[in-house]
Amino acid sequence: MGGLDAGDVPRADHDFALWEKRVDALMIICSSKGHFTVDGLRRVLEDMPPASFDEMTYYERWIMSIAQNLVEDGVITNAELGRRITAVQQRGLTYGEAAHG
Amino acid sequence: MPHDHHEHLSPSRHPFRADNDVPLTYWQAMEIAVRELLIEKGVTTAAEISGQIDTMDARTPANGAAVVARFWTDPAFRDAMRTDASAATREMGFDIGPMKLIAVESTAELHNIVVCTLCSCYPRNLLGLPPDWYKSRAYRARTVREPRSVLAEFGVVLPTSTQVRVHDSTADMRYIVIPARPAGTQDWTQEALAALVTRDSMIGTGLAKSPKALA
Amino acid sequence: MGEKVRVRPDMPPGHIRTPAYLRGKIGVIERTLGPFPNPEQLAYRRQGEALPLHRVRFTMAAVWGAGAEHPTDTIEAEIYAHWLEPV
Repeated sequence: MGGLDAGDVPRADHDFALWEKRVDALMIICSSKGHFTVDGLRRVLEDMPPASFDEMTYYERWIMSIAQNLVEDGVITNAELGRRITAVQQRGLTYGEAAHG
Repeated sequence: MPHDHHEHLSPSRHPFRADNDVPLTYWQAMEIAVRELLIEKGVTTAAEISGQIDTMDARTPANGAAVVARFWTDPAFRDAMRTDASAATREMGFDIGPMKLIAVESTAELHNIVVCTLCSCYPRNLLGLPPDWYKSRAYRARTVREPRSVLAEFGVVLPTSTQVRVHDSTADMRYIVIPARPAGTQDWTQEALAALVTRDSMIGTGLAKSPKALA
Repeated sequence: MGEKVRVRPDMPPGHIRTPAYLRGKIGVIERTLGPFPNPEQLAYRRQGEALPLHRVRFTMAAVWGAGAEHPTDTIEAEIYAHWLEPV
């Protein structure tokens, strides 16, 4: 990405949401336990379609990459992940409700 | 499930962004799903995840500021930092783990600024989590090409006689900028000096505060 | 200052830790680190061959041409040995 044209640096910051901190924690824990390398995480991020950088937030891309790397490592399958996501979504409309299922 | 003490206020005492009350996104559902599956499969535990969040929350720019203040006042520490910054900071209690820390020193003649064009590498153990702007397309794209223009957006204007050096953190090194020590601080304690060191000054998008700024 | 080197001008697909904007550019080795396992192999779950890692210093003019924002400003980046060739 170095050297490409871009606009002003957006300065607004945000306090990290709990779900984002959980993504970060999962990345640290799973990589330290050898389920994937940071390089593997980066590779999946880079392979995402270019539009994903602008359409997804930083932690949305990271949970996608973590999930993909875990599938590659055989810890979870895409199918069971899909089933669990559906179950989570059915618990309620908000993060708070869905995380307490 | 045991109550997670993180759920009310963030360490900066702000309420977490009201994600608890907004409609669940697909990606949030994925995070919950991944986390639950990993716990069920015995890969990790809720306590381990919570503990990791606590560890990360405890890391703030105050860590880096303490390193800078000591660098400015303790010649033996400064030499140790120049030889092996990972070891020197580890002895202060800041373990960078498998990464390697490099301290780059700014002076009147040389201003250092750090970017990671390939992703978002950042010395998290010394500065906490990176700000959104550090991870933005604009910062990552432009800093290696027009650092002075980027610096100007941050309110930093340097004379042409000062060289700007951009460090692109492409591998396993992590960088901390030791900003130039402000004038008029000769006999200051490390604690007082640390209060002059901003997070941005340790990335290179800012300068350390002048004593006049605190008045 | 160290040896003058050129970053290989190759443009392979896949996970590469040498930034595209530095390919084909000439700089000098500022210091050598490592060896480290090759991240381009680790990214694909292969064992990474241990390689020296060089910090290379480039002038802005060398990277962006005479029209650079400030030609004598510099960039330093870490480049794995297999990406560098002597000048």
